[in-house]
Amino acid sequence: LGLCCAPSCYPVPLSSEAGGGERSWILVCWLLVSTQVTLLSMEEDIDTRKINNSFLRDHSYATEADIISTVEFNHTGELLATGDKGGRVVIFQREQESKNQLHRRGEYNVYSTFQSHEPEFDYLKSLEIEEKINKIRWLPQQNAAYFLLSTNDKTVKLWKVSERDKRPEGYNLKDEDGRLRDPATITTLRVPVLRPMDLMVEATPRRVFANAHTYHINSISVNSDYETYMSADDLRINLWNFEITNQSFNIVDIKPANMEELTEVITAAEFHPLHCNTFVYSSSKGTIRLCDMRASALCDRHTKFFEEPEDPSNRSFFSEIISSISDVKFSHSGRYIMTRDYLTVKVWDLNMENRPIETYQVHDYLRSKLCSLYENDCIFDKFECVWNGSDSVIMTGSYNNFFRMFDRNTKRDVTLEASRENSKPRAILKPRKVCVGGKRRKDEISVDSLDFSKKILHTAWHPSENIIAVAATNNLYIFQDKVN
Amino acid sequence: MWEEDSSQKHLLDTMFARGIKRKCFDGEEDIESTLAGFKAIPSYNLQRQSLLDMSLIKLQLCHMLVEPNLCRSVLIANTVRQIQEEMTQDGTWQVINAQNTGQASLDRLVSSDILCRSTKEQSDGKLIPSYSSFSKDFEDIQSQDIISDLSTVTSVQASRNPQGNVWEMENPPENRGNFQKSLDQIFETLENKNPNSVEDLFSDVDNSYYDLDTVLTGMMSNTKMGHCDVLESFSSQTTTNSNSNCKSDINELDHIVEILVES
Repeated sequence: LGLCCAPSCYPVPLSSEAGGGERSWILVCWLLVSTQVTLLSMEEDIDTRKINNSFLRDHSYATEADIISTVEFNHTGELLATGDKGGRVVIFQREQESKNQLHRRGEYNVYSTFQSHEPEFDYLKSLEIEEKINKIRWLPQQNAAYFLLSTNDKTVKLWKVSERDKRPEGYNLKDEDGRLRDPATITTLRVPVLRPMDLMVEATPRRVFANAHTYHINSISVNSDYETYMSADDLRINLWNFEITNQSFNIVDIKPANMEELTEVITAAEFHPLHCNTFVYSSSKGTIRLCDMRASALCDRHTKFFEEPEDPSNRSFFSEIISSISDVKFSHSGRYIMTRDYLTVKVWDLNMENRPIETYQVHDYLRSKLCSLYENDCIFDKFECVWNGSDSVIMTGSYNNFFRMFDRNTKRDVTLEASRENSKPRAILKPRKVCVGGKRRKDEISVDSLDFSKKILHTAWHPSENIIAVAATNNLYIFQDKVN
Repeated sequence: MWEEDSSQKHLLDTMFARGIKRKCFDGEEDIESTLAGFKAIPSYNLQRQSLLDMSLIKLQLCHMLVEPNLCRSVLIANTVRQIQEEMTQDGTWQVINAQNTGQASLDRLVSSDILCRSTKEQSDGKLIPSYSSFSKDFEDIQSQDIISDLSTVTSVQASRNPQGNVWEMENPPENRGNFQKSLDQIFETLENKNPNSVEDLFSDVDNSYYDLDTVLTGMMSNTKMGHCDVLESFSSQTTTNSNSNCKSDINELDHIVEILVES
């Protein structure tokens, strides 16, 4: 795979539009998803929406609970939701574009913050259930309100996020505070009116889907029929109707009768974007199964089985661990599946099961470090991957706050860094390069000095524009391509 | 981060990442470390044994969590199976059984009761390291003239183990059925059969376990990882808990000793 070797090489043309020229990426804004934002949004309803970023400079208050655990754009890209280990969901809204503020294109500000999940205790098993948000999925917008699903290890919740900027005034039977008036004092009748008020964003839990998962939920996926969704844990996948919370259908169950025989777990699952009967799930053995719900109620027999034969020259004790799939995503078109394993991203054609059509090396220089990565448990990190709006570019994370993009057409790739220290706002991001052996050039970083505690696990790509969101521990970076 | 790592770790990387039984280094490695590697290369079997030990300790830690990360546990268990299979095929398994070190370490690692055992010995005034077979591995390395920073570790281990290996004496040569039994124990715990025992296990961990494990897995420089958090919580637990905690489990201990003697 051709790396950008020439020092003058700019980031690859990563354009979602046909014929787009060379594009570079700039940092638009970084947002700190922390307690501070939460407090602000509670205290100052309106002002929060125009948070001055400099106000958030000090990130020394970051705690474990502030670590971002999922990022997701809604279907229009107007909203961006993040979930964190503290069970909070923070929704950002895109700044309205105006002619005199062209430079603010792609800026996002806090729209709503709410506590989605609380820590719980399972008395039967005597175990604590973390509040950490594992995944967020938006429902397609049907009316003025927004709906999203959020899940922790065990419970999925449906949230409604809606705006209110008017309130009724002038009731006949009750006063302004809502107290009933004494009918004897009512001498005249009036017509109640709606008066404008400060905009308020409310988040209300509409459904709670609980008690259906014994193991940890790793994925949720909204079906294209918009009536159902699925939730997958380590061993089972359940199908839910949005209106029914007290029962779900079990559509996949790989739990062996005897747990001693357990050698494989489900790592991710997703519905086909167009065909509501089709879904895929990936496993810890590096395989992907495509199931058709029309075939049988319990999809324990797959329709398609995607697996690449093992390369004997790369065989080691870690082969299985590094081939375990950490994320699976259908392309927007529904034709391809993308999978992420520890060292690579692969693109599979739904019509070819025996090998992927494309394989991209994310950080192959780690192949010689696998034992150490096994020792410090990094080898079990679950990196996610995303498509751009036109399925022509894919993006995934790495260590040292690096993230990678691969252009499927030009076969060029780039490594960028999400960092406040190394990138000024509005300045073009410099491609980074990791030095593998030989002499280290200026501007290169050696494998030995990578920081393995800084990892980019979660990223999101705007559905139609070149705007990306990158979560780096408790920071959320928003980059966009530079418009000339 | 990597710079602080010992050369042993480097060797492990080189051994396992580049396919099996491969002893040549390609151009990617810098020359100095390659030379050091050639000079100090221990046997493949020893490295594999270290990996096995490391995996078993990881499983042991999963074992202690009420609800471990299932994916991680399964992947580690599969790695152990794979090593076992390979060792069985090339006959190393039998050799180790005859030498009586591997079997002992396997049994000890998968049985959580080792922790209690060593605490008891300590309270009786004896100092017995938990992982004597591992320190024996280190002595082997030393005898093969390994570079200095490894041997410092070894000498620390050796000095802590003056009276020899109690575990080896207690474990006669055995068949390999025990290994499967031990694995089965681990898988059972994946099902959370007795979450109550977890606190007992934690309270009975002693400092020598912590130290050795830190040395063993070389995690001193990698303090930010989740795995380490578990270890750190061990040490903090330990400092607050006295040895008397173990007395409450004396019945359990007797039971364990019975099992060990039987095996």
